[in-house]
Amino acid sequence: MDAERPDVKRHHGLVRAAHWLNAVVLLGMIASGLQIYLAFAHFGPRGRPYYPNPLDGGPIPEWARLGGWLAGGLNWHFALAWPFVITGLVYLGFLAVTGEWRALLFRPRDLGPALQMQLYYLRLRKTHPPQGKHNALQKGAYTFIVVLGALSALTGFAIYKPVQLAWLTSLFGGYELARYWHFWAVWLFVGFTLVHVALVFLVDPASLRAMITGWYRGRFPSHD
Amino acid sequence: MTDRPGLSRRDFLRLGIVAPVSLAAACGWDGGPELEPRLRAISRLNDWVGEKIFFSPTRLAREYPVAQRTPVMQFPAYSIAHNLTGAFPALPADWGLEVGGLVRTPVRLTRAMLEAMPRVSYTVKHHCVEGWTAIATWTGVPVSAVTQMVQPRPEARYLRFDSFDHQYSNGWDLASAMHPQTILAYAWNDRPLTIEHGAPLRLYSPVKLGYKLTKYLTAMTFTRERPGGYWEDQGYPWLGGI
Repeated sequence: MDAERPDVKRHHGLVRAAHWLNAVVLLGMIASGLQIYLAFAHFGPRGRPYYPNPLDGGPIPEWARLGGWLAGGLNWHFALAWPFVITGLVYLGFLAVTGEWRALLFRPRDLGPALQMQLYYLRLRKTHPPQGKHNALQKGAYTFIVVLGALSALTGFAIYKPVQLAWLTSLFGGYELARYWHFWAVWLFVGFTLVHVALVFLVDPASLRAMITGWYRGRFPSHD
Repeated sequence: MTDRPGLSRRDFLRLGIVAPVSLAAACGWDGGPELEPRLRAISRLNDWVGEKIFFSPTRLAREYPVAQRTPVMQFPAYSIAHNLTGAFPALPADWGLEVGGLVRTPVRLTRAMLEAMPRVSYTVKHHCVEGWTAIATWTGVPVSAVTQMVQPRPEARYLRFDSFDHQYSNGWDLASAMHPQTILAYAWNDRPLTIEHGAPLRLYSPVKLGYKLTKYLTAMTFTRERPGGYWEDQGYPWLGGI
């Protein structure tokens, strides 16, 4: 397919490494997090009604857990937290230094183009809106996922050190709510990943190769 | 166009099947004999970060109004003895707290002696490693006050707390033990400590997780080497600081 299109360099090695490392680490974080969750599969303080939660009381199937028991889950979770945070910071540092953030950050001016893109996906608009490296909806998604990653890390620290970092914990509404938000972040990650992978195959399969080798031969521009 | 070895569509398919299957096989897994010790080594690094970077010897845990206490029956309590036999640990005849180890003047404290000392009382949130929380009032003698009494030697770096509950014990860093809210508690919610919560005397502090708060205390020993602990030796984080 598209044999005439030239290969263009689309993703820096650092971005690709961060992407795949993060995918594996996040999977481990979620699985070990579910192991930890199972030790008290509710949200809210003792002696009060628990917060709404479709997974209240579990069960969490064994295949979805990492660690074997609570201590194992904790040790995995707190070990993987290092690469999770470091990868995120390296990635953000890379975007800042190279200026790549310009192609990724969703700004107010992207609202209109995002609507046009949504209309196109809904077949209410015939032509694909013009775009740079990413369309406005993608910018929204890639900005959202960075914010979500930051919120996961921050709510994580809030429940890891609720006394030493009491200011952070109270920012999220206290220990019980911070733990609740930490849990919901998981389902947003899962939802994002499902849509993300589906769109890769439905809209731009060439982007998968680009994220592995760095080279792209698809139908979209690789630079703004 | 340059010729570059790439991944074929079939390779992607293989990768997509093999990766999730091998990950699924890994789940419910503590890391095995290869990885588990490494995870524990990282846990020690996290202890170091918790002790040296996060912990403040003067920052106090938030106190709550008495009205916000968790109903007594909703405050979980466990002991190793109760888990194993269904009965609470039996109080030794002639109970007393032995305070010793690397100290100049070891002492044996009776409950009456402890109750005669200056007391601290606070209503704080209890954080269990499992993820639940509960609020209660705890009353007792600061560990720092007992420490002043026995005068530790300069080489003392840790504290070991022993119990009469199936060798349940905990090791503590001195800084957390000297925190003003770390106490030897003999009362909770304005009443004498009950057997479920570690009577006659338990360690209490809002700066550590519940499993670090030794119940059914028998001894408090200053040591040079880092003491282990009942759960810590099985893989739980040693510091347990929050």
